[in-house]
Parts: sequence; C-alpha cells; structure tokens
Amino acid sequence: MVYIKNWIEQLGQSIIDSITGLGDFTQYMFITAFWAIKPPFRWKLLWDQMYFIGNKSLFIVSLTAGFTGMVFALQIYLGFTFMNIDSLIGPLVLISLAKELAPVFTGLVVAGRCGAAMAAQIGTMKVTEQVDALEVMGINSYQYLSVPRILAAMLSMPLLTGIFLFVGYLGSWLIGVKVLGIDAVIYTMKVGDFMKLSMIAEGLIKGFVFGYLIGVIGTYHGFKVSGGAEGVGRGTNMAVVWGMIIVLIVDFFLTNFLAKIL
Amino acid sequence: MDYAIEFKNVDKKYGEQTILHDLNFGIHKGKITTILGFSGAGKSTLMKIIMGLTPVTEGDVLVLDTKINDLHDMSLREFRKNFGMVFQYAALFDFLTSFENVAFPLREFTKLKEPEIKKKVLDLLAATGIQVEAAYKLPSELSGGMRKRVGLARALALEPQIMLYDEPTSGLDPITTHVVYDLIVDTAKRNEERQFTSVIISHDIHATLKYSDYILFLEKGKVVEHSNVETFKKSVNPTIRRFLEL
Repeated sequence: MVYIKNWIEQLGQSIIDSITGLGDFTQYMFITAFWAIKPPFRWKLLWDQMYFIGNKSLFIVSLTAGFTGMVFALQIYLGFTFMNIDSLIGPLVLISLAKELAPVFTGLVVAGRCGAAMAAQIGTMKVTEQVDALEVMGINSYQYLSVPRILAAMLSMPLLTGIFLFVGYLGSWLIGVKVLGIDAVIYTMKVGDFMKLSMIAEGLIKGFVFGYLIGVIGTYHGFKVSGGAEGVGRGTNMAVVWGMIIVLIVDFFLTNFLAKIL
Repeated sequence: MDYAIEFKNVDKKYGEQTILHDLNFGIHKGKITTILGFSGAGKSTLMKIIMGLTPVTEGDVLVLDTKINDLHDMSLREFRKNFGMVFQYAALFDFLTSFENVAFPLREFTKLKEPEIKKKVLDLLAATGIQVEAAYKLPSELSGGMRKRVGLARALALEPQIMLYDEPTSGLDPITTHVVYDLIVDTAKRNEERQFTSVIISHDIHATLKYSDYILFLEKGKVVEHSNVETFKKSVNPTIRRFLEL
C-alpha cells in the first residue's frame, strides 16, 4: 500500500514538475523574444556567435553531409538497380536531402555541438557569478547572452542546411557517377524533372525553425544551471538531449504543416 | 543621520522560511561598513536586497533616498549604475582580458571614445596595482589577488556611489588579504569627497576590526549589533564575543 502511495506521489510530482518546467520554458521564450526587439542591438556579439555556430560547424556539417550523401546513394542504388530505375537516384537523393536529411542532420549536429556549448558557456558564467556581474552592472543577461546566440543559430542554420544539401549531393554524385558508373548527365539532368524550389525552401525553413529551437533550448538550460561543475554538466547534457529530441519531434509536425502551405 | 542605505521593517521570506526578520538600520554615507555573521545568517540575501536583485517580502529599502522596492525592472537596472560590486571570486568575464573587463562597463554605458577608454582603464588598473603587462592577460592567467584587483577596477569604472564587496578576501593568503583591504580603504579615501560608501560582507573579524568604520552583525536573519568598531568590541552578545575571541 505504501509502495503504491509513494508511486502515485512521485507520478504526481513529476507531472507538476513537467508542467512547471514547460511554463518556465514558455516564459523564457517570451522574455528572449521581448529582449530581441529591444535596443541596444549588439551586432558584434551576433557576428561572433554566427562565426562560432556557422563557420566553426562547417567541417563537421560537411563531413556528415558528404558521408550521408554517399551512403544514401549507395543504399538506393542497391534497391533501384533491381527495378532498373537507377537514373532516379540523383533526384531522390536530392529531394530527400533538401526536404528532410539536410535540415534534420544539420539540426542534430548543431544541437550536439553548439547547443552544448551554449549551455556550458552560460552555465559556467552562472556558477562563477559572471551572470550576476552583468545584472549588477544593469545589463540584462538574457539580452546580452541569449539573444545573440538564438539569433545566430536562426541565421546560421539555413546556411548550414544549404551547405549540407550541396555537399551531400556532391557526395552522392561521386558515388553514383564515379563509383557506380551512372551516367553523369542522367544523374544531374533528371534532378530538374522532379526537384522544385519549394522543396529547398522547405529545408531552409526547417533549418531556421530548428536554429531557433536549438538556440532557445541551449541558452535556457545554461540559465537553469545551479550547483557548480556537476550542474554545468547536467545542463549541457539536457541541452543536447532536448535539442535533439525537439528537432525530431518538431520535424514531424513541420513537415505536415509545410506540405500544406508550400 | 545621513544614510546611503536604509532598511525599514524589512522581512524576507523564501516560501515559509524566514531569511531576514524585522531589519531596521541605516548604513552611513561615506563610511566603510562591514556586515558580519555566520554562514546562513542572511548576509548574501541582504546584499542582494540592497542591489535590488531580490525583492523584500515586507518593509522598505531606501538606497540614496530612493525606495528601490518601488522601482520596476528598467528603472532598477538604471539605478544599479550607482553600485559597484566586487564579487567573492571577482566574477571577471573569462572570455575578456583584464583590460577588456574594465573597459566593458565604459563601452556599454558611456560615449567615451576608444583612446579615452584606454586611458581611463589603464589609470584604474594602475590605481588598483595592476601592471600594464597583466592588463592584457585573461583572468585564468591571473592570481586570485590580481583578479580581485581587476574586479575592483571594473567596479570603479562608472564611478559608483556605493561599493559592495562580497567576501573580498576569501581564498587569499594573509598578506594579500591585507593588500586587498588596504586597497578598499585607499579607494574609499580617494573618493571621500563624493561620500563614497563601502559595504563589505566578511567573515574575517580581525580585518573587519582594523579596517571598518561600522560593523553590522547578523544572526539568524536579525541584526544583533550595529555600531562603530569601539562599541562593537565591548558588545556583550555571546555570539559576538565568540567571534571576537577567535
């Protein structure tokens, strides 16, 4: 009986915690949105963060894109040769990359690399009282720390998604044309028959939305850090895990939504 | 009496727990006041209330004759420019050099041009005993004492009226402790004309007796003694006696 009572209490507490957490996170989203439109605008901080999120992620994003494109082309080739439609590998790879793989994989990579860094940087500043130092000086710490990171993630993600698409297609082209021997003209020209601009737009819009979510989740968990180094580790872990989970979940709903409007 | 900070019937609770109870005192303008007390006595909460970082549950807090519990967020941020704060571990921005740390508030809040900022920063660093070569080092490359000095220089950059020191000598050796206190006294003297007020949170009874003008002793969220050093030394409160006999 006591066991059941404890279990119900724990369940109730976790529901209350989840609702409180969700409310807290929603409030944080509104606060950061408010401070994003309020001067002063710190362009240098935005530029620095774009350099960190965009430029410094280029290598890992390109590496992921190249191998994704190559593996994807190889896997499709194995299936399509049975049906003698290997001329469709090029368009299929490109459409898949544009609509799904590029934004989602870029989102996962950026959530892992930059979401973690955001939480760790802000979390460390929090436990070493650097955030308090900003507040004491009269500087809003959300405006100074969160806003540039969130905006930079929103602006960098579509660019990285575009680069993922290009490098991924290049990887698939190398495997399809140079290794598997598909005619280069067919591989490239067929793309025009199936590919639409709206498909690329879909990927870029997803990149933009994922950028916002990664930024807001990463910085939120940074500000939630308490209790020293262990807390920073916990916050970083939460930022990565939730960043990745939310990218995957939102992708499903966004795909549904964009299919209707594009 | 001319007070820089005044507490009137202040209570502070976190949920059901009372942290500070019925505080009534004034901190004298132009003097060095140290807030003493055991860990958990409510010293840090008191400091946060003074800065307007946490609201009071009841009562009024007047800082420079402004009732800060009536100020809304934006006005409070503006008002905080009257304060400088030296944190326990300096809280220097670890991605900026010492020079940039001190220049930070000047770049944020003044319209000074870069050459003027450079001159002011180097003057502040020199006044706090930081050599030019250390000015271009990151906080991680500085000793604890040097970080405190840079923290003091940063806090002084906007020429505040009130300077708050949160355990300024914790983690420092005895010699550096006295160097830092000398710096606090020296800073107060240099700014004496504009009634510069210093508030120190400390556990160090010996340094407190030597360097403070007034001492405020907190115990379990209440002020048990608030007097000048000579009167404090004669206190019959058993907790204060224990502190004095250390």
